[in-house]
Amino acid sequence: MTLEAERAVPVARAVAFRASRWRGPLAGAWRGLRKAPVSAWFGLSVIGGYLVVAVVAPLIAPYGEAQVVGNQYEAWSAQFPFGTDQLGRDLFTRLVYGARNTIGIAVLTTMLSFLLGGALGLLAAVLGGWIDQALGRLVDVLMAIPQLIFALMLLSIFGPSVKNLVLIIAVLDSTRVFRLSRAVGMNVAVMDFVEAAKLRGERLGWIMRRELLPNIMPPMVAEFGLRFCFVFLTISALSFLGLGIQPPTADWGSMVRENATLINYGDVTPLLPAGAIALLTVAVNCVVDWFIHQTSGLRDEH
Amino acid sequence: MTSTDRRDGVLLEVRGLRLAGEADEVWHEIVKGVDFTLRRGEVLGLIGESGAGKSSVGLAVMGYARPGCRITAGAVLFDGIDLARAPERQKRAIWGRRIAYVAQSAAAAFNPAHTLIEQCLEAPVRHRRRSGDEARREAVDLFQKLRLPEPETIGFRYPHQVSGGQLQRAMVAMAMACAPDLIIFDEPTTGLDVTTQIEVLAAIKAVVRQVRTAAIYITHDLAVVAQMADRIVVLRGGAVVEEAPTRQMLADPKAPYTKSLWAVRSLRKAEEAGAGLLLQVRNVSAGYRGVRVLDDVSVRVPRGRTVAVVGESGSGKTTLARAITGLLPPLAGEVVFDGRALPRALKDRDRESLRRLQMIYQSPDTALNPRQRVREILGRPLEFYRRASGAARERRIGELLDMIELSAGFADRFPGELSGGQKQRICIARALAAEPQLIICDEVTSALDQLVQEEILKLLLRLQRELGVSYLFITHDLATVKAIADEIVVMWRGRVVEQGMKSEVLTPPHPEYTGLLLSSVPEMDPDWLDTLLANRAGEARPVPV
Repeated sequence: MTLEAERAVPVARAVAFRASRWRGPLAGAWRGLRKAPVSAWFGLSVIGGYLVVAVVAPLIAPYGEAQVVGNQYEAWSAQFPFGTDQLGRDLFTRLVYGARNTIGIAVLTTMLSFLLGGALGLLAAVLGGWIDQALGRLVDVLMAIPQLIFALMLLSIFGPSVKNLVLIIAVLDSTRVFRLSRAVGMNVAVMDFVEAAKLRGERLGWIMRRELLPNIMPPMVAEFGLRFCFVFLTISALSFLGLGIQPPTADWGSMVRENATLINYGDVTPLLPAGAIALLTVAVNCVVDWFIHQTSGLRDEH
Repeated sequence: MTSTDRRDGVLLEVRGLRLAGEADEVWHEIVKGVDFTLRRGEVLGLIGESGAGKSSVGLAVMGYARPGCRITAGAVLFDGIDLARAPERQKRAIWGRRIAYVAQSAAAAFNPAHTLIEQCLEAPVRHRRRSGDEARREAVDLFQKLRLPEPETIGFRYPHQVSGGQLQRAMVAMAMACAPDLIIFDEPTTGLDVTTQIEVLAAIKAVVRQVRTAAIYITHDLAVVAQMADRIVVLRGGAVVEEAPTRQMLADPKAPYTKSLWAVRSLRKAEEAGAGLLLQVRNVSAGYRGVRVLDDVSVRVPRGRTVAVVGESGSGKTTLARAITGLLPPLAGEVVFDGRALPRALKDRDRESLRRLQMIYQSPDTALNPRQRVREILGRPLEFYRRASGAARERRIGELLDMIELSAGFADRFPGELSGGQKQRICIARALAAEPQLIICDEVTSALDQLVQEEILKLLLRLQRELGVSYLFITHDLATVKAIADEIVVMWRGRVVEQGMKSEVLTPPHPEYTGLLLSSVPEMDPDWLDTLLANRAGEARPVPV
């Protein structure tokens, strides 16, 4: 890697501007990472840790996800590292599985909302006119209703299954994605190269995918991180309220609710799933912050 | 020390100035030891291509370095004070009050939320502790000297309520409000039409003469600097190539680089009459949302020839291009291409007629997708129109790069890794990939340096000879027209004033507007502006602007 970077330095000098892609995306990413602040490193390692835990959950967890292994509310011990919950299930095990369920569903939901909102946003940006107006007003209507209350209402209508949860939150969240992708897409859509593609006779899909999308990726990726946090928090909040992920599936939001009474007795156990949520949110924000700073052209001037 | 300077009349002395700029954490020297002296009341022209360090030197004269830049060595002695080393507080007391700066884009330099006069009063009231009334009287006086219309009341307008040329003059007034000893003009007329440029140049010249302030005039336009400067410094790659009084420099440039700059304007193409018409625009009218921009426009383009469309901005040149390509479907009239009327709207045209009519844009920066490599940019039209793929596509990309005089290695580059001239070449190659019969060139050279312009024009001429392609060449620069055109179409306010062979249009008698346009193009003669203004005043011809 270093050798490659050294070889590239004269090239960069000769060309006299950023030529990082000469050396492939990996080298570029590594160069960026080396310059990343501590907060970004912290965020990346926390996210990495969560992902590892989520993937290998069955290997780490000492018991089954919904397995009743002891008495209710047992204290912390060697056998049950964080004690047991209201049904006698091991809390450590459920925390580990919770990473898998909560993060998995949140990632799925966020991706779905980006697919939907991003595609419609770009469509509105390229076509403009009445399609843009219609989509824009529809989004306004959806955004006018408080998101959490709207989600609660829809969930009680359609029933709180995981599928419904993912779909409802994805649709509600895609309104924000729509606004962003439309706004940044508009900036690119007025560029001459988009006009050149239209003059060439390119189809709409090609223009959206090949001309616009690559150019709006940086803000979209940054937004993905942020939206993931919100989706994650919404799911946790819905689960806490009992309409999110349903028992016996382990999930951090409902774990806080189920064990909330313990806090009255000075037991910090319910704070563990809450802390897990908080830590991931902070970590993702750290990474997003760094990423936005990298790509928005904001430079420290002094 | 100060007293001797005063006696000599030396206001500014730049000695061994060096600047470094940072890119990717590596510091490069961008100005490599520049020396010059400026006396009171003298105007120094600083010319060079983009990247020569003109603007950086202009700012360094104020002791200011842009973010990512720093002054590494040398001295900037302004009236005995070394601004390169002076503390921020001392510099701040001088900026705006004794040294003023006029930027290229007045629209960006004015705060859109305040009236012109408010912004012109700010500096004098703060720096010189003038009362508001006094300063206002002086500002109105300056507006008058700069020949702004209705000097008494124009100050109460907001920046968007005046024209570009007026705003540029208002900005000069703002800079002069404190009666500074030195004004730095950084390309103050670059964004303006020739007919507007004249007014601004004349106003600046007159006011600089009257107030006897010293000035540094930065530009890439030789003819402009010839009008303005007493002495010219030619910069290249951050170093001084040549320095001489204006007349001497124009009559007898010494350095080979200076000579090559002088030669650019003499590129000429012998006109040829065309055989057979390729494109006919017949009585086309077009507009946006009820505003009619083109009114009954007819233009003919012969096969294998170049027709230049000239006119100031707002004359409908670009709208004409949009109407021909179908981006803006005409309201009336028809576009006949190769004997067949094209459907009005782009979406109704078939792929074959799209292929035969290509377009090249003014700004190569926005005309190329920054996320696509050259291979993809050139390869797409090949596979789209010709269904070329694999080795055939690759071979054709190589041929195209060869045609535009770039090596095959460029196929792997992103547009960000190319210079402005190279980008424009890639745009040309993209148009050629479709093997078109007509290429519409919309101001394709106006964003480029003069030497690069010449190369691009030569390339276009060569390609026309080899491939027999026709050009509809939209421009406001008459030097370019002389270099490339066979026929000329003059447009004014959405109408065609005249179309004819180059020699016919360029020789008198002219229709009124053509005459004004032609006489407004700066010439490389230091007396040109004064003579022209004297003539115009003599004729007292109403100016149709």
